[in-house]
Amino acid sequence: MTTQSQTYKPDMMGAVLAAFKRLDPRYQIRNPVMFLVWVGSVITTAILGVMFANPGTLISGGQPVWFVGLICFWLWFTVLFANFAEAIAEGRGKAQADSLKKARRDVSAKKLDKAKRQTVVAANTLRKGDLIIIEAGDAVPADGQVIEGIASVDESAITGESAPVIRESGGDRDAVTGGTRVLSDWIIVRVTADPGESFLDKMIGLVESAKRQKTPNEIALSILLAALTLVFLLACATLLPFSLFSVEKAGSGTVISIVVLIALLVCLIPTTIGGLLSAIGISGMQRLIKANVIASSGRAVEAAGDINVLLLDKTGTITFGNRQAVEFLPAPNVTARQLAEAAELSSLADETPEGRSVVTLARAQFDIAVRAAADIEATFIPFSAEHRASGVIINERHIMKGAGDAIAKLVALKGGQVPSGVNAAVEDIARKGGTPLLVAEGPKVLGVIYLKDIVKPDIKTRLAELRKMGIKSVMITGDNPLTAAAIASEAGVDDFIAEATPETKLKYIRKMQEGGEMVAMVGDGTNDAPALAQSDVAVAMNSGTQAAKEAGNMVDLDSDPTKLIEIVEIGKQLLMTRGALTTFSISNDLAKYFAIIPAAFATTYPALGVLNVMGLSSPLSAILAAVIFNALIIVALIPLALKGVKYRAESASNMLTRHALIYGLGGIIAPFIGIKIIDLGLTAVGLV
Amino acid sequence: MMLGVTPSGWLQLGFYMCVLTALAVPLGGYIARVLSGERTTMSFLLGPVERAFLNLSQSRPSEDMTWKQYAGAVIAFSLGGFLLLFGLLLAQGVLPLNPQGLPGLTPDLAFNTAVSFVTNTNWQSYGGEMTLSYFSQMVGLTMQNFVSAAVGIAVLAVLMRSLSRQSTDKLGNFWTDLVRINLYILLPLALIVAVILGSQGVIQTFSAYITAQTIEGGQQTLALGPVASQEAIKMLGTNGGGFFNTNSAHPFENPTPFSNFVELISILILPAALCFTFGKMVGDKRQGVAIFAAMTLVFVPMTVACIALEQSGNPHLIAAGADSAINMEGKETRFGIANSALWATATTAASNGSVNAMHDSFTPLGGMIPMILMKFGEVIYGGAGSGLYGMLVFVILTVFIAGLMVGRTPEYLGKKIGGYEIKMASIAVLFPCALVLICTAVAVLSPLGQAGIYNPGAQGFSEVLYAFTSAANNNGSAFAGLGANNPFYNSLLGLCMLFGRFFVLLPVLAIAGSLAAKQTVPASAGTLPTHTPLFVAILIGVIVLVGVLTYAPALALGPVIEHLIMIKG
Repeated sequence: MTTQSQTYKPDMMGAVLAAFKRLDPRYQIRNPVMFLVWVGSVITTAILGVMFANPGTLISGGQPVWFVGLICFWLWFTVLFANFAEAIAEGRGKAQADSLKKARRDVSAKKLDKAKRQTVVAANTLRKGDLIIIEAGDAVPADGQVIEGIASVDESAITGESAPVIRESGGDRDAVTGGTRVLSDWIIVRVTADPGESFLDKMIGLVESAKRQKTPNEIALSILLAALTLVFLLACATLLPFSLFSVEKAGSGTVISIVVLIALLVCLIPTTIGGLLSAIGISGMQRLIKANVIASSGRAVEAAGDINVLLLDKTGTITFGNRQAVEFLPAPNVTARQLAEAAELSSLADETPEGRSVVTLARAQFDIAVRAAADIEATFIPFSAEHRASGVIINERHIMKGAGDAIAKLVALKGGQVPSGVNAAVEDIARKGGTPLLVAEGPKVLGVIYLKDIVKPDIKTRLAELRKMGIKSVMITGDNPLTAAAIASEAGVDDFIAEATPETKLKYIRKMQEGGEMVAMVGDGTNDAPALAQSDVAVAMNSGTQAAKEAGNMVDLDSDPTKLIEIVEIGKQLLMTRGALTTFSISNDLAKYFAIIPAAFATTYPALGVLNVMGLSSPLSAILAAVIFNALIIVALIPLALKGVKYRAESASNMLTRHALIYGLGGIIAPFIGIKIIDLGLTAVGLV
Repeated sequence: MMLGVTPSGWLQLGFYMCVLTALAVPLGGYIARVLSGERTTMSFLLGPVERAFLNLSQSRPSEDMTWKQYAGAVIAFSLGGFLLLFGLLLAQGVLPLNPQGLPGLTPDLAFNTAVSFVTNTNWQSYGGEMTLSYFSQMVGLTMQNFVSAAVGIAVLAVLMRSLSRQSTDKLGNFWTDLVRINLYILLPLALIVAVILGSQGVIQTFSAYITAQTIEGGQQTLALGPVASQEAIKMLGTNGGGFFNTNSAHPFENPTPFSNFVELISILILPAALCFTFGKMVGDKRQGVAIFAAMTLVFVPMTVACIALEQSGNPHLIAAGADSAINMEGKETRFGIANSALWATATTAASNGSVNAMHDSFTPLGGMIPMILMKFGEVIYGGAGSGLYGMLVFVILTVFIAGLMVGRTPEYLGKKIGGYEIKMASIAVLFPCALVLICTAVAVLSPLGQAGIYNPGAQGFSEVLYAFTSAANNNGSAFAGLGANNPFYNSLLGLCMLFGRFFVLLPVLAIAGSLAAKQTVPASAGTLPTHTPLFVAILIGVIVLVGVLTYAPALALGPVIEHLIMIKG
C-alpha cells in the first residue's frame, strides 16, 4: 500500500494571483460575510478618494488621511487573505489533478462491432455499452467491465500503486478504469461510462474543486454566520443614529465616522470562519485524497464523521485473511508425528496459504526433511468443489485432507468412521474460532489440523478507540456463529454477523438505520452492491467490481478495508475544525469591542475610556490594531484550516472540554494579547 | 457584607431560590402529566368541564395537528382574542361594571393594550385605575392573562413533543392543550394564590372608588376594584399588567412582605417548573435540570449584582448630606433594597414586567441589569412557555457550535440539527434584536419619538432603549419617564410586541415540525452530552455573548456612560 508519492509544494504565486482575481464582486457575493467586508472596503476606498480630491472634506469625521488609508488597506487585505486561503487549499489538489489529466490524454480505442471486427476510433467517441478490445501496451480508453479475457493492468496513474493488478472477466475483479494501461494479454471490455462521466473525470472534478457544492452542514453553518453578520450589521448601523442622538444630548463631541463604523463592523462579523470555511471543506477533501480515497461528494465525508456503526469484513480487516495451522491433534492410537507427516505430504502441492502453513508447521515441529512436490513420485489430488478435499497418492498410500463432513463421507465410503475423540477435537476447535481440517489415510482418520484465523495485532486497540468515540464495530464473516463468536471476542468487536450473505447484511443495515444509527461499510463484490447502496458511508474497493463502485459513495484506491477507520477520523476532523474556528471567531469579538467602543466615542463620552482595559495608546491606534488583528488572524489560522484540528480518539465530552478551553476561552483571551501587541508595534514605529 | 450585599440580602435570596426550586420540581412533574393528556388528581373534578369545553369547540382531542395546523390555530385564536379585546376597550364607555364612567380608549391606545395582553407582554401605556373599567380589567385583560400564558405553554408543549416523538408530523391538538392548560394548571394555581393574597389584604370588590378624608384634612380618592383575582394570574402567567398604575408597589396589590414573597414566587414558578416538565417529557430529567441550572446561574449573579449596586447606591447622596448612599429612591420602604432588586431581576428574567419599585430610579448599572436580562431574549426563566422555548432556541444554536467541536454533525436529544433548524433559530434570535435596535434608532431620530423623551442625555436614551427592549421581548416592564401614551409610541411598541411574539413563536413551531419528522439517533460516547456542567457553561456563554455582542454599543451609550459620568461626578 503506497500512498500518493508526489508531495505537493503549494504554489504561492498562483494562490496570490487567484486571491486578486477573486476580488470580483460576482465571486464575493457567494460568501455573505466576506462580501460585506468587500462592500466596506469599496466604501472606504470611495471615502479615501473624496478626501484626496477635496482635502477640506469632513466625510471621515475629521480623521486624518493616513488613518483612513491604512484602514482601507487592511480591509482590502482581509478580503485578499480569505481569497488566498481558499486558493491555497484548492492549489493543493491541482498537482494531483494535473497528473490525472495526463492520464486522460486523447487515446484511440479498438472498437468491436457485432461481428467482432476491430475499428480504431477516438476514445471520446465511445458510449455506454460499446465493446472494445484492449491489448498489451494499450491505454484503457474508458471505464468498463471486462467480459472476456484476463490481463495485467498498470493502475499507477490513478492509485499511485506501481505493482500491476489482474483484471479478468467474471468474479470481483472485472472493473477497468480509463487512464490505466494494459501490460500483458488482452481483454474485451464493455464501456460503462460516457465521455466526461468517467471515474477519472469525476476524480479530476473533485480534486480541482470545480464541482464543489456546499455540504448540508456547511450550508447550516453559513446560515448561522449570515444571521450573526446581520445582527452585527444592525448593531453597527443603528450606532450612527444612537451616536447622533448622544452628541446632540451631550452637546459635545463628534458623531461616529463611517470609516470607524465599517472598521467596527468588519471586526465583529465572523470573518475568521467566514474566510476560512471553504478552505476547511476543500482541505478535508484533500486529506481524503491523500489517504487515496475518492469521495463522490463532500456530503459523504461529513457523513463519515457521524458514523456510529462500522461494518468491518473479518477477512483482511480484523484477521490477516489466511488461516494458519497451529496444532496437530492426532486420533487415538496415532502419534502426532504420524499425523504431521501425512498432513505434510498431502499439502506439498497445496499452494494456498493454509496448505503452506501446514507444511511449515509440520517441518518446524517434527524435523521432517524438506522436499519439493516435484521431487517425489506421487499423484496429487487437487481440491475439488465436489469432494471438498485434496490429497496425495504415494506408494499406495492414499492420504486426504479436508473439512470434517467431507472426510467423514470419504472414509465411510471405504468402510471407516471418525473416532469420537476426533469429533470432540473438531468441535473444540470450532468453538475456539478455528477451522478443523481432518486428515485420513484410506479408511483411517489420523487426526485433526487446527487452523487458526490470526487476528491482526493492532486491531483490538483500534476498535477500542472507536468504542471510546461511541462507534460500534460489527464484524461480517461467512463463518458459522461459533467460529465468528470466538474471533469476535478475541478482536473485541461489539457485534458480528455470522454466515453473512448479501441479504443478511442488507437486513442488518436496515435494522440499524431504523434505530437511527449511521452505518458505514466496505465492499468489493457485485453482491455487496445492495448493502453498499443502503449504507450511509459506503467504501468500495478499487479492485472491486464496477457495480460495487457505483453503489458506494467512496472508492479506496488502495483497496484496503482498514481504511474505513481512517475515513471516519477524517470526517470527524473536518467537522471539528469547522466548530473550533467558528467558536474562536465569535469569541474574538469581546476584545474587539473593548478596543473599538471607547475609541469610537472618545470625543463624545471620554469617560468610556475606562473600558480601554488594554491600555491602547490612542483611539486611532486602537481601531487600527483591531482591524489589523482581524486580518492577520485569518492568515495565522490558514495552516490550521488546511491541516485540521488535531484528532484524538476520545469521548465527546473530553473532546468538548479540550476544544471549548482552547478555542472558546483561548478565543476570548488571544485577541486581547494580539491587539495589544499590534498597538505597541504601531506606537513603536511612531504611526499613532 | 459580601460583594456589597448584606447578610439579610443573601438570606432572602437564598431562601427565595430554595422555596422556588422546592415548589418547581413537583409542579413540573404535574404539568408534564397534564400536557401528556394523562389523568391527574384534578381529573375527577375537572374532567366533565374539560369535555364540555371541547364539545363546545367541536374539537376532537384525538385529532393531532401538524405544526402548520397548530400554528394556524394559534394565530386564529390570538387574532380573535385581539379583535375582541380591541373592540371591548374602544367600547368601554357603554359596557357594564364601569362605576367611574370611564370613556372608551383611543384607537392607538386600544391597539397597543390589546396587542400587549394578547402577546403576554402587558406593556401598559394606559394608567390602570385611571383608564380602565372593572369590566375591561376582568373580562378583557384577565382573560388574556390566562389564555396568552396558556398559548405560550402550548407552543412549548409542541416543541417538547417534537423532541420525544420521531418520524411523525402529529404534534398535539391546540384546543385540547389550551383547555387543559387553563383548566388544570392556571386556574387552580391562580385560585390558590388569589386566596392567599386575599388573606393578606389584597382587595376584591366591585364598588366605586371611595373618597377619604386624610389626617391632614385633605381629600384623597382611593381606587378600588376586583384586584386579588387579577393579581394572581398577573404574576403566575408572567403577565405583569397591574390593576393599578403603580403595579405591585401599590398597597392594595401587594400589602405585606408575605404577599410580596408569594407574588415573587408566582413570577418565576411556572417558567421554572416548566424546565422540570421538559426533562420529564423528553424522558431525561437531567436535561431539564441542566436548563434550570443554566437559567439559575445567570439569574443569581445578576440579582446579587443588582442588590449590591442599589445597596452601594449613589456616592453623591452622602456628599449631599444623606445618612447613607443606599439608593432608596423609587422603592417602597416596606420591601427595602433586597426585595426590590430581587423583584426587578425576577420580573425581567421572567417576561413578567410587573414592578414593586421604579426601575427608572435605580442606579444606572442597577437599572441596566433588568435591561440586560430582557436583552438575553427573555430566556432566563422567561415567559410562561415562551421562556423555555426561547431558551431551547439558544440550546439549538449552542449545540450546533459545540456539537461540531466533537466531530459530529450537531444533534440535540438525538435529533440532527440541520440548516432548516438553524434558519428558524436565527430568525427567532434575530427578530427581537432587530426590532429593539431599529425601533430605538427610529425613536431617537424622529421628532415624534424625541418628544416623549423627558430626561436628558444618556438617561433619556436608556428609557427609549428599555421600552423597546421590553416590548420586543414581550416583557412589559417600563423604565418610567418616557411619555409613551401617544400614537407614535403606542403603534411602534405595539408592532414590536406583535412581531417579537410571533416571529419567535412561529419559527419555534416550524423547528418542532422539522424535528418531529426526524429519527432519533441513539446516544453513545460520541454524542455531545447536553446535561453536563460544561454544556451549561457553554450555553450560558452563548446567551451572554449574543446578548453582549448585540447590545454592547447601545448599552455603552446608555447606562454604562451614565454610570461613569455619575461616579466621576
